[in-house]
Amino acid sequence: MEKFVRHDGLVAPLDRANVDTDQIIPKQFLKSIKRTGFGPNLFDEWRYLDEGVPGQDNSKRPKNEGFVLNLPRYHGASILLTRRNFGCGSSREHAPWALMDFGFRAILAPSFADIFYNNCFKNGVLPIVLSEDNVEALFQAVEGKEGFRITIDLENQQVIPEAGEPLAFEIDEFRKHCLLNGLDEIGLTLNEADTIRAYEQRRAEREPWVFE
Amino acid sequence: MAGKTLYDKLWNAHLVTEREDGSALIYIDRQIIHEVTSPQAFEGLRMAGRKPWRINASVATIDHNVPTTPFKSAAEIEDETSRIQVQTLQDNTKEFGITEFGIGDVRQGIVHVMAPEQGAVVPGMTVVCGDSHTSTNGALACLAHGIGTSEVEHVLATQTLVAKKMKNMRVSVEGDLGPGVTAKDVVLHIIGVIGTAGGTGYALEFAGSAIRGLSMEGRMTICNMSIEAGARAGMVAVDDVTIDYVKGRPFAPKEADWDKAAAYWRTLVSDADAVFDEDITINAADIRPQVSWGTSPEMVISVDANLPDPATESDEVKRSGMLRAYEYMGLKPGMPVTDIKVDRVFIGSCTNSRIEDLRAAAEVAKGRHKADSVKQVLVVPGSGLVKQQAEKEGLDKIFVEAGFEWREPGCSMCLAMNPDRLEAGEHCASTSNRNFEGRQGNGGRTHLVSPAMAAAAAVAGHFVDIRELGQA
Repeated sequence: MEKFVRHDGLVAPLDRANVDTDQIIPKQFLKSIKRTGFGPNLFDEWRYLDEGVPGQDNSKRPKNEGFVLNLPRYHGASILLTRRNFGCGSSREHAPWALMDFGFRAILAPSFADIFYNNCFKNGVLPIVLSEDNVEALFQAVEGKEGFRITIDLENQQVIPEAGEPLAFEIDEFRKHCLLNGLDEIGLTLNEADTIRAYEQRRAEREPWVFE
Repeated sequence: MAGKTLYDKLWNAHLVTEREDGSALIYIDRQIIHEVTSPQAFEGLRMAGRKPWRINASVATIDHNVPTTPFKSAAEIEDETSRIQVQTLQDNTKEFGITEFGIGDVRQGIVHVMAPEQGAVVPGMTVVCGDSHTSTNGALACLAHGIGTSEVEHVLATQTLVAKKMKNMRVSVEGDLGPGVTAKDVVLHIIGVIGTAGGTGYALEFAGSAIRGLSMEGRMTICNMSIEAGARAGMVAVDDVTIDYVKGRPFAPKEADWDKAAAYWRTLVSDADAVFDEDITINAADIRPQVSWGTSPEMVISVDANLPDPATESDEVKRSGMLRAYEYMGLKPGMPVTDIKVDRVFIGSCTNSRIEDLRAAAEVAKGRHKADSVKQVLVVPGSGLVKQQAEKEGLDKIFVEAGFEWREPGCSMCLAMNPDRLEAGEHCASTSNRNFEGRQGNGGRTHLVSPAMAAAAAVAGHFVDIRELGQA
């Protein structure tokens, strides 16, 4: 997994609540058996006016020019600012894969859906929870000034807008550690293989049918 | 010390180790695998040279993108990318020695229909699957929830998950359900009350006399939609209904194990003095048949109501969501629900494709016919075994005589990854679980309802109050 230590980037504002994973990456693109290549179809139904199909040349498709990610001022954005309950819906990890593939490294919102939030950390994408008031203030700042940038300092758990006060955020210690070091979680867990085996033995005495 | 909740008990029983940083490893008893969210996990195992930790912990089937018209081999699947996924699952399960109920196997079906039906999920288990509706299995007093593909790989490789304990929420539905009110209406009503993010961070326990009065099928419908209320996991405590359901199923414990298992399972209830972080009580008598009108499952109202006015919504974020939903759905505030016309009807999905659901739809369809204005009514059983049972009862004939199409098992139009889908602008009465924009096809407009309500809409051509439907 790619490390996340400090990131400075352009911010794109997606002013919608309850953005679901069907919108982040529509189902027809889930048929890929790879982890990459989903970026061109991120928010496909909002970015394009026609219905997308896998493997097509997106440069020839009619664009929804008004959609925020199609506005020239947000080209190259790597931080997504959005509203509450982002990522609700299915467990598809294709959602953070698509965000990452498009170039987003961090998402700022008042709240996230549980499974999506969890999936982000497995892919080097940092979801950050900020208060509704702080998110609202950032929306105004980003929309008010073209090229508005934010720096995210994971070590010190701070969101640092180019103008205004730094904002502190909370993050689970284990997740922070894995992101800072780009760790392979499976490798870490397998260090505890003996503990897992011992657990299995205890369980098998009590509930043998689970292991049959 | 306060007693333990059902979730506390399940968590404690599966705790492998707690780390200093507050994270924990929990043991996973059962992983269910399907074609869409597993290819990258198997690829990850191969690249790292790892093997599954315990092969018999996993069971696989194909569901998300299989056609619902008959086919005999992967080669007959027209869509190339679907064919590759189905083929890839076959190859992966073969390579790693995992049991798969594949093409032509009567046990094949939607993951969350197949697993309980086979007894592959029994009370007290931790159950995961790369699918958010894994919560369905919580109806058997399991800790069951969806995971992402990286976690599918983690569970394959280690039989554990890195987890953090959730908070406890109980939703009790007390009293008797009115006529025409089903498990689907109960859960839609609950989502309408607590909101689509109301359960975020919680494990939900559904309790109360109305829940205890439901069959296992009904309880599965309720737990299925926990995620639409934001909760990863939903569950119902063990009682006689649970034990009777599990007994005799192919994977269920047998003989001496059975008595030991059943005795242990009976302890899987929340203690009387358990404390929940959130405790909500709903009066069963307040629940009427439900119809969703918007693009989020919380945008749901009773069939006898008029569509809500965004002007009366004080929360600005919610109000703008409602306005966007009205535009997408092509509906107007204030109109009666029963004025909404339907173009297609879908009866199926992991929410409502079990035998009881098909019986309820058939009861309405019997002796009636779909309205001419309705282009298509799909009935898609949840598994080959459900299909077999329905045919034994003659339900397929009732559907066909009513002008409905009787299909092969799969996820079908719930998420339109296979050829079953809506055209832009079409309204669909659907027994599935999500009414998101484009969910059932680009531009399609989904209304979530119970199987009986869906069949009634198919017959009338618009939504009707099932309680007012006379004899056929």
